[in-house]
Amino acid sequence: MKRDVAVISFAQSAHVRAVDSENEVEMLMPVVGDVLGAIDMTMDDIGFTCSGSTDYLAGQAFSFVMILDGVGPWPPIQESHVEMDGAWALYEAWVKLQLGEIDTALVYCCARASAGDLPMVLTRQLDPYTAGPLWPDSISLAALQARALIDAGKATEADMAEVAARSRRAALDNPVAQLAWDRPAGELLTEDHLVAPLRRHDCPPISDGVAAVALAAGDAAGDRCRRPAWISGIDHRVEPIHLGLRDLTESRSTRLAAERAGVHDGPLDVAELHAPFTHQELILRDALGLDATTAVNPSGGALAANPMMTAGLVRIGEVASHIHDGTANRGVAHATSGPCLQQNLVCVLEGDGAGGRRR
Amino acid sequence: MGKDRVAVVGIGQTEHQATRGDVSMAGLVREAAARALADAEVSWADIDAVVIGKAPDFFEGVMMPELYLADALGASGKPLFRVHTAGSVGGSTSIVAAQLVQAGIHERVLTVAFEKQSESEAMWALSMPIPFQPPLHAGAGGYFAPHIRSYIRRAQAPDHIGILVALKDRTNALRNPHAHLHEHDITFHSIKDSLMLWDPIRYAETCPSSDGACAMVLASEAVGDEAAAAGRTPAWVHGTAMRSEPTMSADRDTVLPLGGAQCAAEVYRQAGITDPRRQVDCAEIYVPFSWFEPMWLENLGFAEPGQGWRLVEDGATALDGDLPVNMSGGVLSSNPIGASGMLRFAEAAMQVRGAAGEHQVDGARLAVGHAYGGGSQFFAMWVVGADKP
Repeated sequence: MKRDVAVISFAQSAHVRAVDSENEVEMLMPVVGDVLGAIDMTMDDIGFTCSGSTDYLAGQAFSFVMILDGVGPWPPIQESHVEMDGAWALYEAWVKLQLGEIDTALVYCCARASAGDLPMVLTRQLDPYTAGPLWPDSISLAALQARALIDAGKATEADMAEVAARSRRAALDNPVAQLAWDRPAGELLTEDHLVAPLRRHDCPPISDGVAAVALAAGDAAGDRCRRPAWISGIDHRVEPIHLGLRDLTESRSTRLAAERAGVHDGPLDVAELHAPFTHQELILRDALGLDATTAVNPSGGALAANPMMTAGLVRIGEVASHIHDGTANRGVAHATSGPCLQQNLVCVLEGDGAGGRRR
Repeated sequence: MGKDRVAVVGIGQTEHQATRGDVSMAGLVREAAARALADAEVSWADIDAVVIGKAPDFFEGVMMPELYLADALGASGKPLFRVHTAGSVGGSTSIVAAQLVQAGIHERVLTVAFEKQSESEAMWALSMPIPFQPPLHAGAGGYFAPHIRSYIRRAQAPDHIGILVALKDRTNALRNPHAHLHEHDITFHSIKDSLMLWDPIRYAETCPSSDGACAMVLASEAVGDEAAAAGRTPAWVHGTAMRSEPTMSADRDTVLPLGGAQCAAEVYRQAGITDPRRQVDCAEIYVPFSWFEPMWLENLGFAEPGQGWRLVEDGATALDGDLPVNMSGGVLSSNPIGASGMLRFAEAAMQVRGAAGEHQVDGARLAVGHAYGGGSQFFAMWVVGADKP
C-alpha cells in the first residue's frame, strides 16, 4: 500500500538561451522562494530536500554543493542529490516520503547549458571507449532516430512539422517559454534541413533555467494546497545506451514505465512529454497510448524550452499546475535522459475525486 | 506505508589497485556486481532495480556514466538510479537502495559504487579553479589539514596519534586480500619519515588513489529469511541516516560537525543504541587522512570531545581492541572515492555476517558503517546487525 503523496507547489524561472549575469544559486533562489512562498512554507518546514544537476553543465566538480549552500542547510538537514534530471530527484523524495517518517519534501534542479557547447558536451555521455571518441553530437544522433522512424513508415517530416507548429503555438501562452511562434507546418517544410531529416524547428532550444517542486504526504498536502496533485503512480526504466541495441522507432522503457505507473487506469486530460525533438513526441505518444482526447504539451514542451536536468521536473510541475487550478483532473508527465530517449520516467498525477487517491 | 525490514544478502568488491588497466569501467562495476550476485546466489534476472553511485564525473571524464553502464549493470528494462552526494556517496547510495526495499517498492535491489581514478587526476579535479574558489589548496589534503591542526590544538593531542592510526589501518589491510595497499614493511618510523605533504598530514597518512568498485544485494525480509534458512547469514539493517550542512557558514564547526553528530544520533536512535562505545562491536569509519579517526570517534559519540585520540593511543580501535575501527584497512588502504563509502557499509555488513575472513572481529553482532564527503558536510551512516531489528 503506497502512501498518498502530492505535488503541492511548483515554480520555475523564465527559460532563456543564456543567463549571463547570474550564477546557479542566483538563478535558483527566487524559484525556491516562490515554490515555498506559494504554500506559506520555509526551509524549516521541509523534511527532506533532493536536487538534480550535472557537473558537466557547470564545468565544475561538486557543482551541486555550492547550490545547496544557497538553499541554506542549517541547522543540518536530510538531503540528497542525483546526477539526473530533477524528475528523478522527485522520485527519490517520493520514495523517502513512502517511509512515513517525514511529511514534506523540496525538490529542485538547475541547468545552465550556456556555459558550454551543449551538443558537444552531451557526447561525453556516450561509451567512452567506442562512441565517445567520435564526438557524435546529440542533434546528429536524434537525426538517426528520426530517419529510422521515417524509414519504418511510422512518421513523415510533415508529421514532425505539425508537432513543431503546435508546440510553438502553444508556447505563446506560456510566459516562461523561450521559443514561441505561430507559423503553419507547411511553411516550415520549405526550410533547409539542419541535420537531415531534422530541420531547425524539429530541434529544441538550448536553455538555461531552474525549477522547484514541493511535495507533501497525506493530510499535510491538503493543509497547504487547496487541490493537491496526487502522485497515483510513478516509475522509471532504462535501456542500453548503444543505438544499435535498441529499436529506435519505439520506446520500450516508456511503455514499461507507463504500465507500472498505471497510465491506462483512467482517462488523461493532459500529457506533458519531455520530447526534445519533434519525432520523439510521436514515439512517446505511441508508447504511452495517447489519443486525441489528451492535450499534449500545452506548455509547448521541451520544444519551447529545454533546460537540461530540469525539463523533466518541469513536465511534472506543468501537469500538477493543471490539477492545482482545476483545468485537469488526471494527467501524465514524462521525463527522459540519455541519447535518443534512453531512460524514461512516467508520473501520473490526479486531483481529488479522480479515483486515484487511496484512502 | 512505513518501513519494511531490509537485509544485505550479497556483497562483492573488486581487487582495488592504482590502475585497473585490465578492465573498462563497465568491466570494473561488472566484477563487483557479479561477485555480489554470486554471494547472494541470485541471477541478474532476480534483480528488480539498480542504484549506482560515484563521485564527480570529471574523475573519469564521462558525463552521467550510469547511462553508458546500463547494460553492464544488467539494468535494461529496469529502473536505474544514480546518486551523487560527494565523498559520502557510497554510503548514501546504499541508503537510497535500502529505501526502495523499505518502502516495499522492490524485492531485490543491486547497489553499486565505483571510481576509476586512473582515468584522470583526482587531486586536480578536486582543486576548483578560479573563478569558483580562490586557489588556496591543492587536493583534499590541503583542504582538511587546517581542520586537523585545529583538532590537535583543541584536543591537545600528541603528534604521533596520526602515525598510530596509519600503522593500524595499513597493518589491518595486510589481512584484506582486496585492499589496494599491502605494505608488508611498514613501521611507525617509516610513516614518521615519509614526506610531509600538507602539515600535519604525511604521505603515509594519506589515502591512495584507487580503481575499484563495491556492490551489494539488498533484499526484503522474506528474501533475508530465505538466505538465513539456507545458511547464508544476512546482515539486517537496523538504521540509516543522512545529514547535510553548508560548506561555508560561520556556525559550522568543521572539527566536530553538527551534521555528523546528528546523523549518528539519528542512526543510533533507530537502532536502539544508547551507549555506542559499549553496544557497537566494531565500526568502519571514513578516514582518508589518519587524524580523522580520533576526530570521527568523537563526532560519532564513541568518545567525549577531545578524548578520541586516547582510544587510538590505548589500542582500543585495534583489531583486537574493544572497539575495532577500520578492520578492512579503511580508506587509508583503498580509496576508489565513489566506492569508498559503500566499502565501509559493506565491511560493517561482512562483519556481522561473520564473513570478513582474516579481518573478522570475533563475535561481531552490531556494526556501524560511516561515510562523509564535501568539506566534512555530507554524512551517511548505517547500523547493521546479525539479528533482525
